[in-house]
Amino acid sequence: MKLKKLLLSAGTMAMMAVSGSAWAEEITIATVNNNDMIVMQELAPKWEEATGNKINWVVLEENVLRQRTTQDISTNGGSFDIMFIGAYETPIWGKNGWLASLDDFADDAAYDLNDIFQLVRNGLSAEGHLYAVPLYSETSFTYYRSDLFEKAGIAKPTEQITYDQFAEMVSKVHDPENGVYGTCQRGKAGWGENMAFVGTLANAFGARWFDEQWQPQLDSPEWNAAIHYYVDLMTKYGPPGATANGHNENRALFKDGKCATWVDATSAANDVKNPANSKVADVTDFFQAPKQATDKGTGWFWSWALAIPASSQKVDTAKDFLKWATSKEYFQMVGETKGWVAVPSGTRASIHEDPRLLEAAPFAETIKNAIFSVDPADPTRDPVPYTGVQFVAIPEFQGIGNFVGQQVAAALAGQMSVEDALSASQDFAVREMTKAGYIK
Amino acid sequence: MATKASRAAARMMISPAVILLFAWMIVPLGMTLYFSVLRYNLLTPGANPFVGWENYYWFLTDPSFSAAMVNTLVLVGGVLLITVIGGILFALLLDRPMFGQGVIRIMVIAPFFVMPTVSALVWKNMFMNPVNGIFGRIATGLGFQPVDFFGQIPLASIIIIVAWQWLPFATLILLTALQSLDQEQLEAAEMDGANWTSRFWYIMLPHLARAITVVILIQTIFLLSVFAEILVTTNGGPGTASTTVTYLVYVSSLLQYDVGIGSAGGVVAVILANIVAIFLMRMIGKNLDA
Amino acid sequence: MARAVSNKTKTINTVIAGTLGVLMFFPILWIIILSFKTEEDAVRAPLEVLFQSGWTTDNFSTVQARSDYFRHFSNSVIISLGSTLLGLVVAIPAAWSMAFVPARRTKDVLMWMLSTKMMPPVGVLVPIYLIFRDTGLLDSRVGLTVVLMLINLPIIIWMLYTYFREIPGEILEAARMDGAGLKEEILYVLTPMAVPGIASTILLNIILAWNEAFWTLNLTAANAAPLTAFIASYSSPEGLFYAKLSAASIMAIAPILIMGWFSQKQLVRGLTFGAVK
Repeated sequence: MKLKKLLLSAGTMAMMAVSGSAWAEEITIATVNNNDMIVMQELAPKWEEATGNKINWVVLEENVLRQRTTQDISTNGGSFDIMFIGAYETPIWGKNGWLASLDDFADDAAYDLNDIFQLVRNGLSAEGHLYAVPLYSETSFTYYRSDLFEKAGIAKPTEQITYDQFAEMVSKVHDPENGVYGTCQRGKAGWGENMAFVGTLANAFGARWFDEQWQPQLDSPEWNAAIHYYVDLMTKYGPPGATANGHNENRALFKDGKCATWVDATSAANDVKNPANSKVADVTDFFQAPKQATDKGTGWFWSWALAIPASSQKVDTAKDFLKWATSKEYFQMVGETKGWVAVPSGTRASIHEDPRLLEAAPFAETIKNAIFSVDPADPTRDPVPYTGVQFVAIPEFQGIGNFVGQQVAAALAGQMSVEDALSASQDFAVREMTKAGYIK
Repeated sequence: MATKASRAAARMMISPAVILLFAWMIVPLGMTLYFSVLRYNLLTPGANPFVGWENYYWFLTDPSFSAAMVNTLVLVGGVLLITVIGGILFALLLDRPMFGQGVIRIMVIAPFFVMPTVSALVWKNMFMNPVNGIFGRIATGLGFQPVDFFGQIPLASIIIIVAWQWLPFATLILLTALQSLDQEQLEAAEMDGANWTSRFWYIMLPHLARAITVVILIQTIFLLSVFAEILVTTNGGPGTASTTVTYLVYVSSLLQYDVGIGSAGGVVAVILANIVAIFLMRMIGKNLDA
Repeated sequence: MARAVSNKTKTINTVIAGTLGVLMFFPILWIIILSFKTEEDAVRAPLEVLFQSGWTTDNFSTVQARSDYFRHFSNSVIISLGSTLLGLVVAIPAAWSMAFVPARRTKDVLMWMLSTKMMPPVGVLVPIYLIFRDTGLLDSRVGLTVVLMLINLPIIIWMLYTYFREIPGEILEAARMDGAGLKEEILYVLTPMAVPGIASTILLNIILAWNEAFWTLNLTAANAAPLTAFIASYSSPEGLFYAKLSAASIMAIAPILIMGWFSQKQLVRGLTFGAVK
């Protein structure tokens, strides 16, 4: 097998020597079936035409994608040349040496790396090296139906409200007889699903995942209060079957006019405000995600970004595509072909200042400010040893987050009490952290 | 009839199959056994030190493990019960004279051709979704509260989906068996004054015994590894309400990327499956010899 | 069936069986209907979907534009046919020798073969993935064909074994007396007699291989990905998605459904597993 590899690489080198760098290549991209990625897939033939390269798209649903890419990159499988990964994976994988460094993007004046928000670049770096470039980044804020609020006599909040005030508003707009539920929040179990919202909710209530010694804190009174609030709110004012609803399900419900409020990703705004896709485009407005005991960590931070596995044999071509797909020109092209309201947000300063964007999507400014208010390095009221707002940037978090997510979903479904759910979560987290050697 | 030469030839002819299957069994199993005594997490590269029984300890003491055992038995048992009883009823019905038998038979068999992922997706979204699903619409239309299938009765919902896929298989096999039943025997019994129940009980059911064991054997093999349906619909939840042993192994090895514990879980699952297998073989062996 | 049956009984039977048949078939029927609706219509109340909305074929072209259906389709065909034929090559001799030269341990061997199917795939994915990586078989049709062949081999052998056993041994002996060698015996005497059994074995295996969704999804990326991977890109909602999901589902299951449709008589006759005697 070694011989084969050697021969192969010798062959490739010979070919490269013959043809120079203009050799057309075929690259494989693993991507998720979110709207913005589908748009990229539609526009990519332009890059293919310009460079003569060819792209094989592997489009998978988010959970499957995450499992497939992690499995491939950790075993050095080399099936993909470019992967869509998130703000959670990037630093961990970068530190493991699994990703090709993108530091040389800084040397490309046309690409203008510094135009990408500093905060986002930091989130996609590890130990000072950049490992991924963002297609979009997001925080969470509150979507609400201005028509329903007006009818109920509620004014748009000008300052950050508390979750108690939020619950009161929700109670006034809850109208299931007419098919409108007071609030839709994520209920589908998973660290990237219900725990994203629940994590920020817990932060607001003053909770934290671990103390400074990595001791899990899930049985604390703060967590208890937060989960009680969540279950109570969703049981009273949520849609039926909430435990099956993740981001996409809620997005569909909201766009269909079935929800009066929804605290979720800013990146859905261009879709919700797009009259072509949404029934409520004209009557949707936004305000900050609520706070409670503290205003720290009340909005999450996430980014979908493109990275190149270190195992790829076609790093140069892959880098070329990365630059194209996150360039100023790309975002402008999306604006021109798909409408400026559809431009992915939260990446480039120049795009956020573009008058065409500000005219078509006035809410882009709100999104930018919301993203700037997040600090993943200081996410909680009490001190913590980790970074990350709605996640904890350690490899073990996925497992713990998924388990806790399941317990919270069980509490929401009424299958167990909040206390039992949290004590099971605490036990599990202690087990995992012991297993991994954090707790001696 | 077997001569020495034909014995040798026979051995030669069976050996490719045996060697292939043995390799397919022993290589992954050997690697799994080996990984199961290492600390080996894909997300934390570096040395994979030997840890002995530690992974088995963690897997067996997993708070979800006992629930997973029970759920697996309920899932397999539930689906078997529905498909065997339902299959007998369908077979009896389809064996009767009727118009358009071919078309009706095709409609009954069709679910067997559907990919598990597709059928799980279709049931989850188009039928069991409490807001837009058909069941939800009907309930709301009649003025009832729609059932939240995957929140309130997750395991039962999965059983319904899986049973829908396997009912045609059971029906097919039982129908074939039923068609080979000696009609004269039945008529003779009828003339002797045996009513339908006793004819069913004393003639048809014994005749079907072998077919039923075959259905149970084949289905158990497939049902023990049911996975796509859970992944698509409930992800094993809420809580651990629909986590099976197979799903638990998936969680350890592919969601937490802990190959060590996942492998230990795999070994445990193999042992459990083999216990079931031995039990089944006994049953089948007896029935197949008859 | 020899008895005369009144039309009335027949009608009653038809009504009952027909109702049950429609109920069983309804989920498939429903996605066929939804796949020809717009996304907005697909989420309306069932009666409105049926009687108050138009028809469209847009979903199919959208799906085709987004994911190359024909590449996935041809992979599915190659992999399921390939694994079935490869399986037959290995299984026919094995089943022959077990059926006609039974040894004391034949039944144990058979049961052992079936038991290899009980290993949960999720538990051995990582070892297999590593082996595939080192042999360069990741994302290759060859690798996938071999894996699916191995997975279904026990079932093929068992099915063939039960058919072969029903063929009277005297015929083979007569052939042998006439000077037929082992090869001729299998090729010209046994195989023709077992054609119905072999045919239904092939059918069942194609179905199982076509629908296998774990290995096909995990061992492929772009080149070898069959229709199971195609479906995985429509399985989570992106706004309104019932119509697109229905269209993709229909495209994924239609070939096998049509095959099953035309061969159902064969399938019914063949799926006996020695259950009928």
